[in-house]
Amino acid sequence: MAQFVTDNKEKLNLQPQKFSMWLFIITSFMLFAAFTSGFIVYSQGSTDKGIKIILPHAFIFSTIVILLSSVTMYLAFRSAKKLQYDRQRQYLWATLGLGLAFFCLQFFAWSILVKMGVYLVNPNASQSFIYIFTGVHLVHILAGLILVISSLIGSYKNNPPVKNLFRLEMTSIFWHFVDILWIYLYVFLLLNQQ
Amino acid sequence: MATALTVNNPELVHVHNDHGHGDHHHKETFLTKYIFSQDHKMIAKQFLITGIIMAVIAMILSVLFRIQLAYPNTAFPFLQTLLGRFAPEGRLDPNFYLSLVTIHGTIMVFFVLTAGLSGTFSNLLIPLQLGARDMASPFLNMLSYWFFFTACIIMLSSFFVQKGPASGGWTIYPPLSALPKAMPGSEMGMTLWLTSMVLFVASQLMGGINYISTILNMRTKGMDLWKMPLTIWAFFVTAILGVLSFPVLVAGVVLLVFDRSMGTSFYLSDIVLNGSVLPNEGGSPILFEHLFWFLGHPEVYIVIMPAMGLVSEVMAVNARKPIFGYHAMVYSLIGITILSFIVWGHHMFVTGMNPFLGGVFMITTLIIAVPSAVKTFNWLATLWRGNIRFTPAMMFSIGFVSFFISGGLTGIFLGNAALDINLHDTYFVVAHFHLVMGSAAIFGMLAGVYHWFPKMFGRLMDEKLGYLHFWLTFIGAYLVFFPMHFMGLDGVPRRYYAFTEFESMKQWLSVNTFITWAAIMSALAQVAFLYNFVSSIFFGRKASQNPWNANTLEWTTPVERIHGNWPGEIPTVYRWSYDYSKPGHDQDFIPQTVPFSQTLNSNLPHDFEDDPEVEKMQTEWLKKNSPSQEVK
Repeated sequence: MAQFVTDNKEKLNLQPQKFSMWLFIITSFMLFAAFTSGFIVYSQGSTDKGIKIILPHAFIFSTIVILLSSVTMYLAFRSAKKLQYDRQRQYLWATLGLGLAFFCLQFFAWSILVKMGVYLVNPNASQSFIYIFTGVHLVHILAGLILVISSLIGSYKNNPPVKNLFRLEMTSIFWHFVDILWIYLYVFLLLNQQ
Repeated sequence: MATALTVNNPELVHVHNDHGHGDHHHKETFLTKYIFSQDHKMIAKQFLITGIIMAVIAMILSVLFRIQLAYPNTAFPFLQTLLGRFAPEGRLDPNFYLSLVTIHGTIMVFFVLTAGLSGTFSNLLIPLQLGARDMASPFLNMLSYWFFFTACIIMLSSFFVQKGPASGGWTIYPPLSALPKAMPGSEMGMTLWLTSMVLFVASQLMGGINYISTILNMRTKGMDLWKMPLTIWAFFVTAILGVLSFPVLVAGVVLLVFDRSMGTSFYLSDIVLNGSVLPNEGGSPILFEHLFWFLGHPEVYIVIMPAMGLVSEVMAVNARKPIFGYHAMVYSLIGITILSFIVWGHHMFVTGMNPFLGGVFMITTLIIAVPSAVKTFNWLATLWRGNIRFTPAMMFSIGFVSFFISGGLTGIFLGNAALDINLHDTYFVVAHFHLVMGSAAIFGMLAGVYHWFPKMFGRLMDEKLGYLHFWLTFIGAYLVFFPMHFMGLDGVPRRYYAFTEFESMKQWLSVNTFITWAAIMSALAQVAFLYNFVSSIFFGRKASQNPWNANTLEWTTPVERIHGNWPGEIPTVYRWSYDYSKPGHDQDFIPQTVPFSQTLNSNLPHDFEDDPEVEKMQTEWLKKNSPSQEVK
């Protein structure tokens, strides 16, 4: 019987790990749910609280960039399924580039905010929350980029297709999540701006 | 056979390979076996022993501040020897008193009753009772322990910094916690507290994700959700609670860190510190309370629910009866889980909350009494006319129910928004939560230790010492916490350094002295436990495979506790885990691995889940065998 188990080594059950990824996404989501609820509780405190500005347009560009990166991530996953490794790599590089561009755009948006006089240290902490939302989201982007890089490195090694696909699947679940998370945060901020 | 075996961990493949070739052991060094182990049973033991050490430390802290409360005017030179600058001239420094209270609470709630309890028994029992070789991710599991261990070290290291440990209370409300200059403990001590807690939360999330993933994905054949023992159900809902609520604490802590170090004003406003006005404006400390208690309240259920699960299992085994109302037990756990998210406001009745909102929180709070009472009555009904074996584990389980009732009843007073105005932050609260969540949860944990000790170490603990430990602790805990109700009703506030110096509270000094001596007695009683625990690991009576004649899967594993749990195939499960004293069967227990085809004498129509074909077979068998069997 022991022999039998060894022979079926490739039948490793990957389901629980994928499931754990979804659970991790739930914990991240709860973190942001807490921040946004905190924002609501704080901003309802009095009438002089609230965002009180029009958000910089840089956020629109970063939204477009991250949406595109989700598309390239999807294409990379589709190529991996069809065993087209070259295209998979190309799309992953594109995702990585777009992810870095998003990173820079967020910093750019911060610099615009600072020019507008909207600082992190602020008696109206509703405005400080903008930095918290985007900052903690950037930490997630960073984690996502590390995952993208690791699947990229993996794709250059001669890994079995199952492993390659699994790694890519985990990466793409997380990457789509940070994308959706950003849209949630941006829509939340837009609904509260004025 | 080909489909029965699932392998979840590539490492195990090697182990089984080795066994197949007749080798004795997987090549394990001391480091991989005892230190950086990925085996769930070893990780459980690591959690347990770390938890016990932390519990002893927190208990010693409590004895120290109890000495101050009982003898506010006496100098004890040994305190200066022990604590140095924290007890000049043998009397506790008032700031250090606050540190003691804070760290006692933090360690007990988080490090002992969350990590020590869930960490130990979820890790030990989830794979063993579900029929899995290990956790979904053994590596993450190991990481979870080492994050926890680092958190412990950082928390304890705060005793060695110049200004002492955090001292703003375990709830670390701002502005005390947000302003390093507010009190000595808010400087380095608070920074260490926050660092430690962030690591702790990371550890809990890794653990919780693993528990949920294992329970939902890795049950053995036949183990559907409704055949799981109540222990697993309890760990399952506890892990869900943790995964949903701990991130909220992180959110609160992130904002707090920004307030502490970056100068933001999420929680700070209008503060004059040492005569100078602080620049912070517009913040709201109430925001922190919301974020904290959104975790904080589920946290008390994270503490108590694993204990409930352990107690349910120990009680059914030792009363030799099926647990009363299995489904009701599960639904009440789920009910508590859902309700625990909508009651956090009852910690904040006196924060100037809208009275209407207070009323809403009051109603949701009081509704929790319903599932809690369902559970309590089910435990009592399980005991009712049972064939009770009073093992130490059983004694502690009964003690758990006792504390849960007497502490739970005062929860009904405190959940009332109007009464809470009077009782808030008094010793009444201290009495309430020390009974219902402190003593009850620790008794559940001790019941678990006595019951599953043979599964962890292959030996049994000494019973006589167990009884001594039980009675001294049980009586001691009541003597300590019961008088506190009366102090609270009189309005004595908690966390005060020397409240008996106030004219109106002077009369409580004698009660304080009494409580302190009761606390010292129960602390000494733990020596019996510690001696029993350590000596039984090495010299205890060797345990048989199934020492308690229990039904659950963990007792079908070999006593040697091998890597991968079962030497051959993982057993299949055919029935629920509570077939104790089933009429017609020749033994008073039927393990979950026994199919119904082998127990035709005792099968009931209910067992077949309305499958007419099997029912027909059973009836025919009964007809054929009725003359000799005398089936009514």
